[in-house]
Amino acid sequence: MKNTLRQVFHSSKFVAGFIIFVAILLMMFIYPLINPGNPLQQIGVGTFAKPGTYVSLYDATKSPVSTFRLPDAAEKRLGTSLSEEDKVAMVEWFEAVGADISDLDTNDTEKMLEMWDEYYDPSAKPKGMIRAKILYYGRLDKSLKEMGGSDSISIADKNEEGELEETKKILDTDYVNTKDVANVKTLPLGTDNFGRDVLKELVSATGTSIRIGLIAGIVATLIGLTFGLLAGYVGGILDDIIMFVTNIFTVIPGFVLLILISYSIGQEQRGAAVVAIVIGFTSWTWTARSVRSQVISLRNRDHVNLSKLSGHSLVRIVLTDILPYIASYVVMAFILQVSSGILSEAQLSLLGLGPKTTEVPTLGLMMNWAMLYSAHTNGSWWAYFPVILTITLISFSLNLMNTGLDQVFNPTLRD
Amino acid sequence: MSEARVTKDFTNAPLCLSGKGVTKIFGFGNKKTVAVDHVDFEFHEGEFVSIVGESGSGKTTLSKMLLGLSNATEGEIFFQGKPRDISSGRKKREYWKGIQAIFQDPFSSFNTFQKIDTVLLDCIHMRGGKNLSKEEKFNMMTEACHFVNLEFKELTNKYPFELSGGQMQRLMIARIFLLKPKILLADEPTSMVDACSRATILDMLLNLRDEIGMTVIFITHDIGLAYYISDTVYIMEHGKFVEYGKADEVILNPKAAYTKRLISDVPKIHEEWDLSTVDLMA
Ligand SMILES: Nc1ncnc2c1ncn2[C@@H]1O[C@H](COP(=O)(O)OP(=O)(O)O)[C@@H](O)[C@H]1O
Ligand SMILES: [Mg+2]
Repeated sequence: MKNTLRQVFHSSKFVAGFIIFVAILLMMFIYPLINPGNPLQQIGVGTFAKPGTYVSLYDATKSPVSTFRLPDAAEKRLGTSLSEEDKVAMVEWFEAVGADISDLDTNDTEKMLEMWDEYYDPSAKPKGMIRAKILYYGRLDKSLKEMGGSDSISIADKNEEGELEETKKILDTDYVNTKDVANVKTLPLGTDNFGRDVLKELVSATGTSIRIGLIAGIVATLIGLTFGLLAGYVGGILDDIIMFVTNIFTVIPGFVLLILISYSIGQEQRGAAVVAIVIGFTSWTWTARSVRSQVISLRNRDHVNLSKLSGHSLVRIVLTDILPYIASYVVMAFILQVSSGILSEAQLSLLGLGPKTTEVPTLGLMMNWAMLYSAHTNGSWWAYFPVILTITLISFSLNLMNTGLDQVFNPTLRD
Repeated sequence: MSEARVTKDFTNAPLCLSGKGVTKIFGFGNKKTVAVDHVDFEFHEGEFVSIVGESGSGKTTLSKMLLGLSNATEGEIFFQGKPRDISSGRKKREYWKGIQAIFQDPFSSFNTFQKIDTVLLDCIHMRGGKNLSKEEKFNMMTEACHFVNLEFKELTNKYPFELSGGQMQRLMIARIFLLKPKILLADEPTSMVDACSRATILDMLLNLRDEIGMTVIFITHDIGLAYYISDTVYIMEHGKFVEYGKADEVILNPKAAYTKRLISDVPKIHEEWDLSTVDLMA
C-alpha cells in the first residue's frame, strides 16, 4: 500500500497534475481569507469594468499633492487620449497625401503628432476623398491641437451669490500618492455584467464547481461500483437485470438524459447539490460496465476460490478479495468522473439548465452570464477567458493525475 | 527404486467421493466445448488418487466441480456415499470443511493485499478456533508452518509477494494441515515451483495423507510422477477417463493407446521409474 503510494508520487505526470490541482484548491481556500465577502455582491454600476486598479477621483482631489515634473508625462497624456480610431484615421491621411509611412510606429505619439503637423493641410483635397471625410479631418485636427493646450483643470463651486467661483486648481504636475487616497480598489479581473468582482466570483465558482464534480463523481462511482460488483460477481439473473438497466442508460445519450432531468426538476429546485446528483446519476454506466468486466475476470481467480473454500461470505469476498484488486481502477474512474462532472455542469449551465442563479456562482454559470451579456463580442475577455482557463486547468490536472496513475497501475503503458 | 512398488488395495475401503456421468459443457451451439464428458469415478478414504492427462483434457474443470466451485452440467457427485447437497451457502461452507484444495499457481492463490497470517488465521477460525487466545493461535500456526519446514516467526506480517513460489505452496500445505479436511484436491501443485521444492512438496503431501488419513486427489500431467506417488490412477483424455486402476497395473501394463503415449513421452532421465518392462506394442 505504502509502496504503491510511493510509486504514484514518483510518476512525474501524476505529481504535475497533483500540484496544479492542489494549487487551485489552495487558491480556493486562501483567497476568501484575503478578500472576504459575498462573491455575488454587485460592487459596480454598469457592466464589464476593465481589470485594473480603480482610484476614487473624489478622494484623489482631496488628497495631499506633491509636484513632479516627469519628462515623459505630456507624451503619455497624449498617448492615452489619442484613441486607436484617431490613429488609424491619421495613418489614412498620411497615405492619402503620399507621406512615407513605411517605418511609422503608431504607438510613438510624439512622432505621429509631428508628422501630423507636417502633412496636414486644411486646404488640401486628396484625390478620391469624400467631403464628409475631409470635414472629419478638420475636426480631428482641432481636437489634436487642443489636446496639449491647457495645463490645468479648475474646480469651481457656487458661492453665496450663486456665481461659480474657482475653489481648486489641479495642475498637470500635481500628483497624489495612492496610499493617501482613501478609496482604491484593485480588480485584477475587472467586473462582470452585473458589476461583480470577477476574481472573487471565479474563486467561489471554482470551489462550487469542484464540489459539484466531487459529488457527481461520488454518486456515479458508487452506483457504478455497486452495480458492477453485483452484476459481475453474483451473475445470473441479477447480472441480466443490471445489464439491461445499464444498456438503457447507455443507449440514451447521457447528456440528453441530463438535459431532460434538469429541465423537469425545474429552476427553483435546482440547487448546486441537486445538479451534482443528477449529473452523477446519468454518468455511472461506464464505471458499471468496466467494473463488471474486471470482476468477471477476477471471480474465477484462485485466490477468490480459496477464499470461498475458507468459508467466507459473499460480502467479505467482494470487499477483501475483489475490491482491492479493482481499487486503483475505481480511483482512476472516479477522477475522470469528477473531471467530466465539472464539464457537464458547465455545459448544462451554458444551456441555462444549471444550478439556480441566485445562490452561488459556478464556472458554468459565469460562462452563461458572460455569453448572455455578449462579453465575447464586446471584447470583455476578462469575464469569460479566466473561467475557460480555470476549467481547462482543472480538467487538465485531473487527467494528468489519471494518466500518471494509469502508468503506475498498468506498467505496460510505461514508456 | 527399481523394486516393484507395493500399492494398497482400496477397492473395499469406504467411499469418500464418487461420481456418475459427471459432465461439464461450456458454451453452446458451434462454440460448445465438452470439457468433461460423462465420467464415473470412486475415490476411497485414505486413497492417493492421481488424475493424469495432457493439458486441456479437462482435469481442472473436473476438479472445480468436485470442489463445488462450479456446477456440473449433468451427472451426480456423491460425498461419503450420499448425494452431495451444496444448494445453499451454509451447506457449501459445511461441505468445504470436508474438502479442500491446493491450486496450480501459488502466486495467484493468495490475496496479495492481505498478510499471510490472515490465510492461516482463517483456517483456525474455520475449524471453530475463533475464541482461542492469541498465544494458542500463534502456536497452532507455528506448528503448521513447522510441518512444512517454515518458520512462522519469519513469515508473520509478510505479504505473499515477499515469499518464493515454493514457500507459498508450502504455506498452502500448512493451511491443509490446519484444516485437516477429509479430501484434498491438489491441482498440479508442483508444476509452477522450482524442482527443489517439488520433491519436498510431494513428500509433505504424502506425510499429510499418512498423518490425518485423508484422501488425496492429485492432478498431474506427469504420468511418471503419478506412478511414483499414487495408489490409483485415472487417465483422462478429452474429458473422458480412458483407463483407471491401481497405479502399477495401469502404468506397467497400459491398455489404452493414450496411456501408452503418455508413458512413451516420459523423458528418459526418469529412468528411476524403470518403465523398461512396459510393452508398448501390445
Ligand atoms: N470457463 C471456461 N469456458 C470455456 N471453456 C473452458 C473454460 N474452462 C475450461 N474450458 C475448456 O475446457 C477444456 C478443459 O480445460 P481444463 O479443465 O482447464 O484442462 P486441464 O486442466 O486438463 O488443462 C479446454 O478445452 C478449455 O479450453
Ligand atoms: Mg489445469
